Amino acid sequence: MKTQAGNNKIKSTQIQTIHPAEIRKEFPILNTQVNGKPLIYFDNAATTQKPKVVIDSITNYYRNQNANIHRGLHELSDRATQQYEQARKKTADFIHAKEKAEINFLRGTTEAINLVASAWGNQFLQQGDEIMISQMEHHSNIVPWYRICKSKGCRLKIIPLNDVGELNMETFASLLNAKTKLVSVAYISNALGLINPIQKIIDIAHQAGALVMLDAAQAVQHTKIDVQSLDCDFLAFSGHKMYAPTGIGVLYAKRAILESMQPYQSGGEMIDKVGFDEVTYNELPYKFEAGTPNICGAIALGTAIDFIQDTGMDNIQRYEHELITYASDALKTIKGLRIYGENAKNAPVISFNIEGLHHYDIGSLLNQYGIAIRTGHHCTQPLMDFFGISGTCRASFAFYNTKEEIDRMIQALNHIIKMLTK
Amino acid sequence: MNRQSIAETEKEIVEEFELFDDPVNKYEYLIDIGHQLPEMPQDLKTDANIIDGCTSRVWISAVLKDQRVYYQADSNTVITKGIIALLLRVLNGRKPAEIIDAQLDFLQKINMHNLLSEQRSNGLQSMIRRIKREAQKFIIA
Ligand SMILES: Cc1ncc(COP(=O)(O)O)c(C=O)c1O
Repeated sequence: MKTQAGNNKIKSTQIQTIHPAEIRKEFPILNTQVNGKPLIYFDNAATTQKPKVVIDSITNYYRNQNANIHRGLHELSDRATQQYEQARKKTADFIHAKEKAEINFLRGTTEAINLVASAWGNQFLQQGDEIMISQMEHHSNIVPWYRICKSKGCRLKIIPLNDVGELNMETFASLLNAKTKLVSVAYISNALGLINPIQKIIDIAHQAGALVMLDAAQAVQHTKIDVQSLDCDFLAFSGHKMYAPTGIGVLYAKRAILESMQPYQSGGEMIDKVGFDEVTYNELPYKFEAGTPNICGAIALGTAIDFIQDTGMDNIQRYEHELITYASDALKTIKGLRIYGENAKNAPVISFNIEGLHHYDIGSLLNQYGIAIRTGHHCTQPLMDFFGISGTCRASFAFYNTKEEIDRMIQALNHIIKMLTK
Repeated sequence: MNRQSIAETEKEIVEEFELFDDPVNKYEYLIDIGHQLPEMPQDLKTDANIIDGCTSRVWISAVLKDQRVYYQADSNTVITKGIIALLLRVLNGRKPAEIIDAQLDFLQKINMHNLLSEQRSNGLQSMIRRIKREAQKFIIA
């Protein structure tokens, strides 16, 4: 399972505790200074930084391997094809897909959801059918469904939230009926870090005869995923949120479903035979990968997966849990600070506001201390409406972050509060 | 009434901000200035007075007295209030034509990182456009 690069950089798969000082050496950008201060990067839910092995894999590809795939008989093309397909295999293993043909390399989560809404939706939705999403979804898991429902005369139903912002599971069950064709929810909420009870959602939805799509954009980097044991029908994620470059992402779907679907985009790669009167399509997964794909991105995603596996998802999860617990306890010492959607099962993402202050001021000022957080609605306007706010401050951690960095954020916040409330 | 020229007031502000090395202190100063912005009467905070294109909410209204423009403005974020306060310090009590011709590049010159960020500077441009548009109205009338 280990690559050469992985073996060189991280020696032991047996690391029990994460040593952030060691991990940080793998991420060159963490040495950056911002406003004369060392960068503290707490915007990992937006995108993670990239380890050297991933950066090296990108340069190595263009220095030594660049060729188009599945086309040439020549040596370089053959090598690039092998690497690309090896990355697909690694990705399949990473989420425990039954076979690599179920892994479609796309641009990211957004494209994956659009593909399903468009290709599957156009083909299988009838007027009067229902799609269900939740109140906490990212806009990219709302708008594609909104559009396909509009164009097919279907109803978009919303799973409501309870007081603390968790999915209301009782209402969810009662909203399902024979017309519900698909339920699409976030595995982990990007704005709140809440981990949704997806196994229950899948089981209940399947009993009602609906398919389930998981938006795993905030999950793949924090938790082990096993699509077979979950039994989800579709799963989408983005490479750039899991230490890989931008522009590469994945749609997993069960083979039978992919086979039943018509292509999404068309052109080269995805065809078998082309005549002007008849076109037959290529087999999976090429059917959904029209045109020259992001070869380098896919290979680098494979390297990022190695990096995660070598570090150990259990180790990552344990350490990130320590970080979020520490951050949450520390933030609670600040008077007037409210945390949104906090429960015992949070991914390392924490959303808050401070009474009387605007998230925009807080974010701008933290930036002066070299601290990068995200402020605003986090592409979840319906969720912000639920809380009756325009946005939050969101700090999101990765396993290269440290408790010392959290301490520095708390110090900065205390200073900022004094400044703003004078 | 304003004795300095617009350019002079701009220069004065730039010099004040040059006293600070650490951007945190620059912001602290800007926030203090924001806190001193005279309160805008609630009945002026109408939807029509909201400036579109700003991340934070900004209201502005203008009146003409003795051939000179006087603005009142407010924002729901303190940093923006600081920026508004600076703009009003430069522009309040000027003739409409002066306002329309004003360079207003002092905000770039004080070199505060966030003021120049893409999102912020779009908001700032909207604000300046609106301020000039208000002045323009008095020329046509
Ligand atoms: C939960 C969730 N879904 C979808 C997306 C969209 O991902 P991308 O922009 O990589 O397509 C994001 C990223 O912001 C996200 O956090």
